Amino acid sequence: MASSGFQADVKALQKHLAARHLIYQHQHNKQMSCPAMAQLLSNTLYYKRFFPYYSFNVLGGLDNEGKGCVFTYDAVGSYEKVGYSSQGSGSTLIMPFLDNQLKSPSPLLLPAQDAVTPLAEAEAIDLVKTVFASASERDIYTGDKLEIVVINADGIRREYMDLRKD
Amino acid sequence: MNFTASKQPENCLLGPESDSQRTLYPYVTGTSVVALKYKDGILMAADMGGSYGSTLRYKSVERMKPIGKHSLLGASGEISDFQEILKYLDELILYDNMWDDGNSLGPKEVHNYLTRVMYNRRNKFNPLWNSLVLGGVKKGEKYLGTVSMIGVNFEDNHVATGFGNHLARPILRQEWHENLSFEDGVKLLEKCMRVLLYRDRSAINKLQIAKITEEGMTISPPYSLKTYWEFSAFENPTQGAVGSW
Repeated sequence: MASSGFQADVKALQKHLAARHLIYQHQHNKQMSCPAMAQLLSNTLYYKRFFPYYSFNVLGGLDNEGKGCVFTYDAVGSYEKVGYSSQGSGSTLIMPFLDNQLKSPSPLLLPAQDAVTPLAEAEAIDLVKTVFASASERDIYTGDKLEIVVINADGIRREYMDLRKD
Repeated sequence: MNFTASKQPENCLLGPESDSQRTLYPYVTGTSVVALKYKDGILMAADMGGSYGSTLRYKSVERMKPIGKHSLLGASGEISDFQEILKYLDELILYDNMWDDGNSLGPKEVHNYLTRVMYNRRNKFNPLWNSLVLGGVKKGEKYLGTVSMIGVNFEDNHVATGFGNHLARPILRQEWHENLSFEDGVKLLEKCMRVLLYRDRSAINKLQIAKITEEGMTISPPYSLKTYWEFSAFENPTQGAVGSW
């Protein structure tokens, strides 16, 4: 789960969900699937509809079949399964670039086409690095360092990259 | 006990009656706290001033206190709220000791507790108007964290509150390194405190430096820093200035 916004709310929200995930594991003896966590996050956010968590989230993970999924949220819990997304202060800079590069099928098409992006892992990571380096140029809040989390069948891996420090 | 009928419930945010129940602005405040990790533990510095707006009202305020066996808390902001936090922590440590189970709260746990307290008060629109620095050592592991009045918290190798963030941290980013000796750590902290003394109007030249290691906590007696005001730019401030408007 990646969150942008007010840090104290972000930490509180992530802590809340981590606790709920632990309870789920105790009760069901398995990890929560990404779609399940997606619904939980939405409900948690809407619970504070009238005093929101100032947190703009993107949730990524694997569903019950092991396929990757990405969910994007607003601060009060509206969510959608997408092929890619960005949130936060740099999102206006990043999103159009992602649209251009990933050529996701139009949501108006019938029959509906899958939103899965066709990139290999190395290409995807490279794209993420490019996108953040570009956003750091023009968004004053983006910069210093980037953390990339890669989730696949082999497990979870983290990579770090320095960004412009100004 | 309020026997007169209230028009609104006490916890209502609107109306003058309930405003007397929550913090709106600070009164007596302390300025920056600066702290860093060094070889044996944590070093923390804070001056002893308690300002009442622009008046220097109190000149012997101890803004750093030991918490339990393993932690040291430094605070800036409203002094009365700091005293209330010490009361909360007193109770926390008491309950921890009463378990009598050989375990004791470490700095990480105390920091987490403080974060929860500050965040929850912020959510009730009744903040404790402080920025806190929590440092300590437990089982050889050094810990240094900070929490603000709205619940923003993080841990790092060096932290500061208030003006310290703007004036001291850049110095620390350049000159801090792992395994600083005690002497080097003190020199570095004094360098930061000197800059703050020159440039922060609420800083006073009477400070303490506290040290916490695995062995325990010590706090220096109050002392003052040597300052230099003979810079030629100060003596002739208008020299070389262009024009007069």
